[in-house]
Amino acid sequence: MTAARNPARRNPLAALWWVPRGIIFGLMAFFIFGPLFNLVLWTVAEKWYFPYSLPLEYGFSSWAKVFAPRGGAMQSLTNSLVVALLTVVVSLVLAIPAGYALARLKLPFRGLILLAFLIPQAFPNLTVYVNIARIFYEIRLNGTIPGVVLVHVSHGLVYAVWIATAAFSAIDAELELAARNIGAGAMRTFMDVTLPLAAPGLMASAVFVFLESLDEFTGSYFVGAPDVNMLPLLLYTTAAGGNYQIASITALLLLVPSLVFMLIVERFLKADVLSRVGH
Amino acid sequence: MERDGFLELRGVASHYGATQVLTDIDLSIAKGEFVALLGSSGCGKTTLLRLLAGFISPSAGEVKVRHRDVTHLPPDKRGMALVFQSYALWPHMTVAQNIGYGLKLKGVARAEIANRVAAMQSLLGLDGLEARKPQALSGGQRQRVALGRALAVDPEILLLDEPLSNLDARIRLTVRHELRALQKRLGITAIHVTHDREEAMVMADRIVILNAGKIAQAGTPEDVYNRPASAFVAAFMGAENVILLNGTLEDDDFSIAAGTANVAGNVPLAGRPLASGPVEARFRPEAARLFEAGEIAVIGPGITFRGEVAAVSYPGGHWRHVVRLGQTEIMADGTQAFEPGTRVGVFVPAEALFLFKSPEAASVSPISRASSGKVHA
Repeated sequence: MTAARNPARRNPLAALWWVPRGIIFGLMAFFIFGPLFNLVLWTVAEKWYFPYSLPLEYGFSSWAKVFAPRGGAMQSLTNSLVVALLTVVVSLVLAIPAGYALARLKLPFRGLILLAFLIPQAFPNLTVYVNIARIFYEIRLNGTIPGVVLVHVSHGLVYAVWIATAAFSAIDAELELAARNIGAGAMRTFMDVTLPLAAPGLMASAVFVFLESLDEFTGSYFVGAPDVNMLPLLLYTTAAGGNYQIASITALLLLVPSLVFMLIVERFLKADVLSRVGH
Repeated sequence: MERDGFLELRGVASHYGATQVLTDIDLSIAKGEFVALLGSSGCGKTTLLRLLAGFISPSAGEVKVRHRDVTHLPPDKRGMALVFQSYALWPHMTVAQNIGYGLKLKGVARAEIANRVAAMQSLLGLDGLEARKPQALSGGQRQRVALGRALAVDPEILLLDEPLSNLDARIRLTVRHELRALQKRLGITAIHVTHDREEAMVMADRIVILNAGKIAQAGTPEDVYNRPASAFVAAFMGAENVILLNGTLEDDDFSIAAGTANVAGNVPLAGRPLASGPVEARFRPEAARLFEAGEIAVIGPGITFRGEVAAVSYPGGHWRHVVRLGQTEIMADGTQAFEPGTRVGVFVPAEALFLFKSPEAASVSPISRASSGKVHA
């Protein structure tokens, strides 16, 4: 009792410090997990209308509808995954040599080159993609998977190149010199020393590009639809049509890879790489 | 050891931007020789080593190995293995993979690689560490892995870039001898860059002292220590006491005039290019002999200074005195301590007294590198 009273005598409010902290954390948790919980509820709600705060009937009929052969969701999911994977491959094929050059060579206007990759993000998406769609229509890329992949690459390249540049410049150049010195040619050095050491950073950049592609809406809409339907498009049309069950399931499908990949990024992207992003 | 020009540098120069880093380097190194490149930081010694390894191209001159021009060969075609100051071990490879990588590149069979890596590990005392990653090794172990990686490819020439500077002082002393013994046993030609005078002295067959991108002197440790070619070399090799004197040339002797702090003296000329006029005298604290002002101390050829003890300390083994000679202060060691304020005489024997043209005279006619700065007794 005396032990409990002593700190209280010094500052009677100190013992109550957990109250504001608890409220703040509780609010934060509510703002993050509240909507998510609502989302999950919607996916299993059979009947739910105003003024009831909880669904009246639960069931998996919406899930069955989404995953039915003619539901369209599977088609969209496949499209989204194929496009995302292709986008990652194309972006990395471009970003690895570009990042290495930006990290190692003394390039003039290095800062400007890095900034150039930001341009697709710097202008309003709508204006950019409407024009891309017009050009793609002329060269018959509209409504094709490669067309959508190209749009996503232009969008994701900024992550790929910036992070790849950071990953390569985080590698001590002496490690490469050591390999050259012991008898490895330039290409062999790159494959045996540089690439394995840059792999975690490159992995992280791949994850960013993958997530960007999965989420991308505007470009997919103008270039892909209606021939190539993607998951965000499905989400948009179902939600706009008032079908919250289907929309929630689609949202959940989009959320899962995001969560998985955020964990991967957290594991692979080390501080020494992060500190060099954009430099 | 014959200078058959196993490794030869002719007129090598290098610059970084507008800065001249190396100027006119001529050096001929025999097979099996251990050469130390000694100099303070920024003197160009590391640049020279990297130039040999092929990481930088010289702006002029040529590098030859066995009379074959290798000046513009890429680093992987030179047969020179470099041990980096930072060790530069590959963090994603184990100790065995680091050591065996060079052999793998040569296309040596897997079993043979394993044998040779194991042999290298026991040679360097790394047994049982083959599966460790470099991060899990101590500094000394990393240094030995770096050495093993370089030695595993059987290089003709081993380049060492201050490989001992990251080690504890105590380990460093033993590694010096281990490294030297290993180099002798394997008969490898080694070029060792260091800023540590003592390290260069105990390890090298020959010391090349670099100053501002030029060779200040090249010679055996005994040569550069006892017969420094210039005031810079003398100072770098520990002769930090400096006094300006006046003297005249008299046949084979250089006769030093009595000054404010010194009595007149005579030292043999012994072929040094001195002219009558001001000279710069340099000597080491341990070369001086201290005695009380009243004592007579004509021990042999040399010079005697008169001054007053300003401070005394005991660094171990002998007493170190700061002696005030007129305007300047010098250090002198003695077997007994003299109290501060004592009037003392400081005798420097001729063989330990290095005389050079004073800087003003030197700027008119620079000291030739070929000339010897020795004062014979």
